[in-house]
Amino acid sequence: MTGARTPLVAVENLTVDFHSGAGSFRAVEGVSFHVDPGETLVILGESGSGKSVSSSAIMGLIDMPPGEIVTGRILYEGRDITHLTEAERAAFNGSKIAMIFQDPLSHLNPVFTIGWQLAEVYTAHGKCDRAEARRRSVEVLRRVGIPDPETRIDWYPHQFSGGQRQRIMIGMAIALDPKVLIADEPTTALDVSVQGQVLELMRKLQREDGLAIIMITHDLEVAASMADRIVVMNQGNIVERGEARQVFARPRHAYTRRLMSALPDHDAKAERPESTAEPILEVRRLTKYYGLPAGAEPRPAMKPAVGDVSFTLRKGQTIGIVGESGSGKSTIARMLLRLTPTTSGEVLFHGEDVLAMDRRRLLAYRRRAQMVFQDPYSSMNPRMSVFRIISEPWIIHPDILPKAKWRDRVAELLGLVGLRPEHADRHPHQFSGGQRQRIAIARALACDPELIVCDEAVSALDVSIQMQVIELLADLRERLGLSYIFITHDLPIVRDFADRVLVMKSGRLVEEQETEALFRRPREDYTRMLVNAAPKPKWEVEPGAARPAERAATERVGG
Amino acid sequence: MLSYVARRGLQSLIALMGLLVLVFFLARLTGDPAYLYLPLDSTEAQRAAFNQLHGFDDPLIVQFLRYLGDILRLDFGMSLSRNLPAMQVALEAFPRTLQLAVVAMTLALSLSIVVGVLAAARPGGAFDRLGTTASLAGASAPDFWVAIVAILVFSVNLGLLPTSGTGSPLHWIMPIAVLTLRPFGLLTQVVRGTMLGVLTSPYVKTARAKGIARRKILFVHALRNAMLPVVTVAGDLAAGLVNGAVVVESIFGWPGIGKLMIDAIIRRDFALIQATVLVTAVAIFVLNIVIDLIYAALDPRISHQAG
Repeated sequence: MTGARTPLVAVENLTVDFHSGAGSFRAVEGVSFHVDPGETLVILGESGSGKSVSSSAIMGLIDMPPGEIVTGRILYEGRDITHLTEAERAAFNGSKIAMIFQDPLSHLNPVFTIGWQLAEVYTAHGKCDRAEARRRSVEVLRRVGIPDPETRIDWYPHQFSGGQRQRIMIGMAIALDPKVLIADEPTTALDVSVQGQVLELMRKLQREDGLAIIMITHDLEVAASMADRIVVMNQGNIVERGEARQVFARPRHAYTRRLMSALPDHDAKAERPESTAEPILEVRRLTKYYGLPAGAEPRPAMKPAVGDVSFTLRKGQTIGIVGESGSGKSTIARMLLRLTPTTSGEVLFHGEDVLAMDRRRLLAYRRRAQMVFQDPYSSMNPRMSVFRIISEPWIIHPDILPKAKWRDRVAELLGLVGLRPEHADRHPHQFSGGQRQRIAIARALACDPELIVCDEAVSALDVSIQMQVIELLADLRERLGLSYIFITHDLPIVRDFADRVLVMKSGRLVEEQETEALFRRPREDYTRMLVNAAPKPKWEVEPGAARPAERAATERVGG
Repeated sequence: MLSYVARRGLQSLIALMGLLVLVFFLARLTGDPAYLYLPLDSTEAQRAAFNQLHGFDDPLIVQFLRYLGDILRLDFGMSLSRNLPAMQVALEAFPRTLQLAVVAMTLALSLSIVVGVLAAARPGGAFDRLGTTASLAGASAPDFWVAIVAILVFSVNLGLLPTSGTGSPLHWIMPIAVLTLRPFGLLTQVVRGTMLGVLTSPYVKTARAKGIARRKILFVHALRNAMLPVVTVAGDLAAGLVNGAVVVESIFGWPGIGKLMIDAIIRRDFALIQATVLVTAVAIFVLNIVIDLIYAALDPRISHQAG
């Protein structure tokens, strides 16, 4: 606490339990923090750390039951708001404290226009009548940078881009000039180029209105770019707190140090020599139009999902394909494994045309080329044991391994991906996200592949887990001589891992370079933007001055 | 949108043609009408004359082509049993069924929405348990049994309501109550189920963070999203009612299209069977198009422009 002054919002010794049939779970324990006007407090933590629970408690969003506030209280300007009546809560939320969330698409009501949803904030709090509310809504939309707000106020959420939806959410939050804005992972679902714009918008509103921001994030760079003070949470406890700069420069707690080590270091690395190994996959002028019947010629007005992409993957090499959503990167992955038909182009695997293979040859090819998907939760049958999941390829390809050796081989594969043999008898729901992705890798390895296509394989994982999975993949590359095509929206992640990087935008190959060269000397503006997209720490930027790169980005309205 | 209705209309027309073929030939499997309409001791010659008069002696295919030709001139044939144009008889009965259906559906929908939403608002609460029990009972009680018991209790024992027929407002009470019961039960289950899902959705959380009153969150934010599955099931149930609540109309002697259809089948009144089926089929096609339009009105993400 800062002296005798009453903080704007104070959480004191908060402990929250969630009760279920299986027992009680302590989500946060003895958590205390406060925020003052005009400052940003970042609550940093990975999934399951309880970082969202305390902010939900501030807003009265915890359902009780199953939740229970066991101890502690929440003060707003010294007034206890822990237990408000329904009517008091409705009057308080939105007018004193407002909140924005991670995924703006699912947090906007799909069946009402954004104008309706915005105007409702004014009318529900009795500020003005409908006509006046609509006029004010247009002004708010203009303020948060929605172009042509007079027209777009009658649009529905699905008609906007992700960044615009988050701007609308922010607009709804600041409509009544609240004193505190709680932002729960506000940029996690957004493309990197849009992320910077949304963060800058929040900083701008903070400067103009003196807003206090409580920001919840798992992203260290986002945290650094926003925070005045930081609270680090792990397993329901605050493990470290302090001035942002201090916490980043000299983390005291072991957990914080481990988190910080996941930050990509920007030290220059040696550029790798060009590989001269034999090519295993040659891709030539690969093109895909969706909705085009086989054999038909695309009309000039049609835009390809993937247009004219060529590259060569050599044995033992890793190619990173990087792009934002809609860039066509996942479509490439699906075409390479013939999971989706190709409009034109060639894919040569050891010189043999994959697109011309008959069923038998294709089955053999798919054994050699495996895929690991983004979501380890939905890409595994929840009713199968890990043993069945990993051994399933041997039913499809009976020549790989005689049945008598399956047990031993599964145990061996589990060891290879850092799990234990006894895990074979468990089911997917008994594992964490990172462990599931290890199982997915073990399943891919069961076929003795030469090539693994990873489609956003670490994107759903916490940062510290991401690094572990990538280290595992790199280790397997050395030991088994694998080649990878690693598809991601997160450029920094491939820096230590990929030999070459392909940058995709709107279905086109923008740039292809050796990885380190691409990071040091990007040739194209778009690549440069991606390389520099990671937000800069707040203390490295002049206080009050907008960052040049992001200012340029905000001016290109439409994010 | 107009082009969508036109396209759906065309599709319906094709389906209608198939239905006409099916009903025409199936009706003729019910037997020879001459045995029903002539005295038991009629001679072979009398029956042949009867069949020749009504054209039943021609080969089936000739009869069918003649039927199609007549339809094009909007002539749907004469009802054997009533000696009136079949379509006129069907169109007289249909509004009476429609009235029952509209009142019963409106009641069932309004009741089930209120009960379902309030039950979902506090799952496991007293109202939820009461509502769930009532709706389960409504959904599972067989309507013919309920109808007969109702007649026994309210007409025979208490003498409060007429047993059957039409005429006074009192005649409406029992048929409507019985027809409402099942849709109410089923729809309450659907409303409650989808509301439970919708209430955990992120946009409901947003509404709470905005400080919207709970009543408005329930009945505006959440309900509008929960309506799509409700409309689907309600459409299905409404089709059943429009089709003629055959059993209920028969028990209560309600002169609607369901009762008419049964009578026509029993009397081998081919023209009337065809006319009643045609009327209900057209009604159901129209109902389906209306439901699709309601979908689009409820959910802006559904567009009938393309595809």
